[in-house]
Amino acid sequence: MITSLHKRESELANSKRQLEILSNGIFKQGELPTFKQKISETGQFPLRAKKLEILQINLGYMCNQVCEHCHVDAGPDRKEIMTPETMLQCLEVIKSTGAHTLDLTGGAPEMNPNFRWFVDEAYKAGIKDFIVRSNLTILQTNKKYHDLPGFFKKHNIHVVSSMPHWTRGKTDKQRGDGVFDKSIKALKELNAIGYGMPDSPLRLDLVYNPSGAFLPSNQKSLEKDFKKALFDDFNIHFHHLFAITNLPISRFLDYLIASENYEDYMCALVEAYNPSAVKNVMCTNTLSVSWDGFLYDCDFNQMLQLPVNSKVKHISEYNEHLLEGRTIVTSQHCYGCTAGAGSSCQGTLA
Amino acid sequence: MQKTYYDPADLKKFGKISDWNEALGAKFFDYYGKVFEAGALTEREKSLIALAVAHTIQCPYCIDAYTGDGLQRGITKEEMMEALHVAAAIRGGASLVHGVQMMNKVNKLDM
Repeated sequence: MITSLHKRESELANSKRQLEILSNGIFKQGELPTFKQKISETGQFPLRAKKLEILQINLGYMCNQVCEHCHVDAGPDRKEIMTPETMLQCLEVIKSTGAHTLDLTGGAPEMNPNFRWFVDEAYKAGIKDFIVRSNLTILQTNKKYHDLPGFFKKHNIHVVSSMPHWTRGKTDKQRGDGVFDKSIKALKELNAIGYGMPDSPLRLDLVYNPSGAFLPSNQKSLEKDFKKALFDDFNIHFHHLFAITNLPISRFLDYLIASENYEDYMCALVEAYNPSAVKNVMCTNTLSVSWDGFLYDCDFNQMLQLPVNSKVKHISEYNEHLLEGRTIVTSQHCYGCTAGAGSSCQGTLA
Repeated sequence: MQKTYYDPADLKKFGKISDWNEALGAKFFDYYGKVFEAGALTEREKSLIALAVAHTIQCPYCIDAYTGDGLQRGITKEEMMEALHVAAAIRGGASLVHGVQMMNKVNKLDM
């Protein structure tokens, strides 16, 4: 089993080192245009925040899994966990925001000891789409999490779960031994209480990340293949598949460099640049809140420690008016969201 | 002077064949695009056929392109290898089936 970059004391555990790699080499030598140059060519620089639609809150970097591609560098050894005090500050914003989606992520958000209380309180705000990003295996890992499917149902939670492939080999290679079998069991349990069933209002969507140095194919085609295989082999239903491109940061960047795929992957991202995807990039309608309450344009910027370009830096100072129109902070990792059909936490964009 | 006959970078220049004959190049790429659209066969099935044919005609550009395409489509390495064995079986069989011609000839000429 691999360990987090932090545990390994890898130089890539430092976000500054990651940004150095992304700014130097092929980009400094001019072999490839920087992201800023590229979006300038299509008249889309600078990117500016529009009205907030999605509030994404990271409840902590602790996770029961250590996936090879994880952009959070999450794992059992990560101790960064949102405190009740910061949760209260988030709840103030949740109650007043006009955002239609609240998106809880991690690590495994369920591992935050105050997860249930926070969900109870946030649910009262009546936000239209309340997402919990569950890695599925957490629902099988320990008895104390076994009742979570019922808890999700009670709060009308929209469950979004990672599933890199419909075969055991590919899934376990990316996410760890035994992950596929536990995920299948968890999906069956979710189906049994109505999640993901055709016409059911209990939404269950899956997230597909490529298991290597390549871009995802067409989201609709992949969804069709996933649906057929999971139903034929396991009688499992789900609603939609979100195809998400792996961004070249954290553990995926480590993998790209170690496998000598970094330059080819960056070339592939730049070649697949799609100006139509830029129009809808998630950073322009999303705000990402870190475990310690700081604000970022997206989850990836959070991991690279690139805070919002605004006077408002922390959830305790939240001001929707001041944040709207801010210039989005970008670097070369942003090519991951603008390649091909585009990529976001809600799947493709163009 | 170029030291090898094949350069991986040339794959990305495929579209440039239209530079010297735009009309035929455009017709070819239009046809190519339509062929790979889903029809009676899925795009996934067509990708696997392309991979098998690529090995039969031993085109390094096509092998590169359709291995990558297969990975993007979620095609597993087991599926890819099975497709190659189909190609290899047909190719090997094509040689061997000519053995009937050899046998016919021997039977006719030999005492």
